[in-house]
Amino acid sequence: METYIFILFATLAVAAAVGMITSRNTVNSALFLVLNLISVAGIFLLLKAQFLAVIQVLVYGGAIMVLFLFVIMLLNLSDEEQMLSKFSVRYAVGFFLGVIVLSQLLYVIASVTGTLPRIHPEMEAVGTVETIGDALFNIYMLPVLVTAILLTAAVVGALLLAQRNISGKVNK
Amino acid sequence: MESANELLTILPLIIIGAAGLFVMMLDAFTGSARLAYLATILFSAAALAVAVSDLFGPMGESFHGLITYGGTSSFGMVLVMTGTLFSVILSRDYLEKTGMHIAEVYSMILFAAFGMLLLVSSNNLVTLFLGIETMSISLYVLAGLVKNHKKSVEAALKYFLLGAFATGFLLYGIALLYGASGSTFLVDIAATEDKGMIYWAGVGLLLVGFFFKISAVPFHMWTPDVYQGAPTTITAFMATASKAAAFVAFILVLSRALPDARADWSDVIWLFALLTMVVGNILALVQDNVKRMLAYSSIAHAGYIMIGLAAGTDAAYSAVLFYLFAYTLMNIGAFGIVAYYEWHKGYDFTEVSNYSGLGFKQPIMGVLMSVFLFSMVGIPPFAGFIGKYRVFAAAVDEGLISLVIVGVLASAASVYYYLRVLVHLFMKESENGIVLSRPGTLYTASLLILAALTIFFGINPGVLTDLLGSFWTVQY
Repeated sequence: METYIFILFATLAVAAAVGMITSRNTVNSALFLVLNLISVAGIFLLLKAQFLAVIQVLVYGGAIMVLFLFVIMLLNLSDEEQMLSKFSVRYAVGFFLGVIVLSQLLYVIASVTGTLPRIHPEMEAVGTVETIGDALFNIYMLPVLVTAILLTAAVVGALLLAQRNISGKVNK
Repeated sequence: MESANELLTILPLIIIGAAGLFVMMLDAFTGSARLAYLATILFSAAALAVAVSDLFGPMGESFHGLITYGGTSSFGMVLVMTGTLFSVILSRDYLEKTGMHIAEVYSMILFAAFGMLLLVSSNNLVTLFLGIETMSISLYVLAGLVKNHKKSVEAALKYFLLGAFATGFLLYGIALLYGASGSTFLVDIAATEDKGMIYWAGVGLLLVGFFFKISAVPFHMWTPDVYQGAPTTITAFMATASKAAAFVAFILVLSRALPDARADWSDVIWLFALLTMVVGNILALVQDNVKRMLAYSSIAHAGYIMIGLAAGTDAAYSAVLFYLFAYTLMNIGAFGIVAYYEWHKGYDFTEVSNYSGLGFKQPIMGVLMSVFLFSMVGIPPFAGFIGKYRVFAAAVDEGLISLVIVGVLASAASVYYYLRVLVHLFMKESENGIVLSRPGTLYTASLLILAALTIFFGINPGVLTDLLGSFWTVQY
């Protein structure tokens, strides 16, 4: 059974990724990306990495995708008609999203009632918040700190590139 | 918890990280590019001094084995900090003359240097990846600094897209290697016994990621465009510090994570070294733009260095480290002089035909250019010759004779495009009546130091080679 679910998620993830780069409509593209991210979250769930799966849905599927959609809607209003004509695609995407969310809900219910098959006793421990926190803030403390510098560099760089008039700052 | 002693093992990294944040805040509160420049030089020089003193210190691992210090890593830090320090010194005059002197440049350079320092001291694929990412993201921004210049924007975009793609390869390789060995520590990967498909796929993807960073053919397409489009002193920084860091990390991975598989990857690197040398040199022959020519020449140099990696012995690794040092010195020098010519307005001073007769107008710059170019050709008594000689000798010892023959022939062909610049500088009459301005004192002085080092290590390589050889007597 798990193999089948894995195959479903894996196919969905790859198909969504292909759909994302091939679809001409940016909104469709973004929705395909959501589908891709959520399928990956499903694979995480299969691996018993619940924490990663939740984070994947919350951060990538939720927060980052909302930002994407906002940017697309604010910037690109020209093909609104095209968007409307592809209603069926949007319904399909919505259907799939519904299925994924439903399967997650069922998963939670099933795991509470104990009807899910066990993967491996070791795997259960790996996916919890404690194990991840322990790894991140013990052995991998230095990489976590370095990530702070990486993100700072990215923010400074993004601002530098986004500045409208760079030469106004020169000769200060 | 990390003790203070552990922090001391990565002192250059901490200095540069703090410097990056400090310069960033300095910019936010004062907005003065001059102050940022001074602070950057001070911190870089301090980090360089610490790295040099670490060369003679102990070797080992810290931070639960995530970091390796001393020996090769310290030398990698010296390479990176030399590249950073001289690029920063040269950057100021160039950026001021081209109207791009802003303080953020220095914090981006420092963040990039931070990534490189992490890269050369990583003993784990996680730190390695973070190092590469920090370095690359800062370099993407630096490449696109001149936003009103189409070529610069093109360079940044190309570098970013291809770089992100290559990062994907690298990350996938890391993931597969983790799957095969159950660990991201280099020593644990070396201990993998079950070398199945996953393991080899991981090794292959990891190699692709590295080949992109060292711009080996056929992963070199971004190099000429990016080197041409980026501001020249930033190009010097990219061509030297980032490449040296990638090579040192490559050596660490090959020698620590994949020592058993040497027979297999050696053949792969053999093939790519051959391609890189031949294609790099042939394409350099037909370039009329000096920056493009230097870009292809840096691809060709990557090919020579890969001969040493293909040999894969301790002697070859230390020869590669020496080569990287010579390469850093002469490339910064050459790009520095191109930057000097380039800041004169009116003509495109990256086209070689516009160099006619310039050698006599500012003799000191002409002579320095000759030193750097002759060193790149590999003519004694310059450091470039010793580097090439030692890499080729180590490869011959390993029986890679056909590869070395190609290398020698390729470097003979390279004489044409290097000397073409000198022919234009000294042997052609000037057609335009351009008057060259005097370069700044610090600018000239730093180029003189680079030339002096090139000559010193060409005449007296023993000082460095003995030290480098001693790194490999310690077994991991």
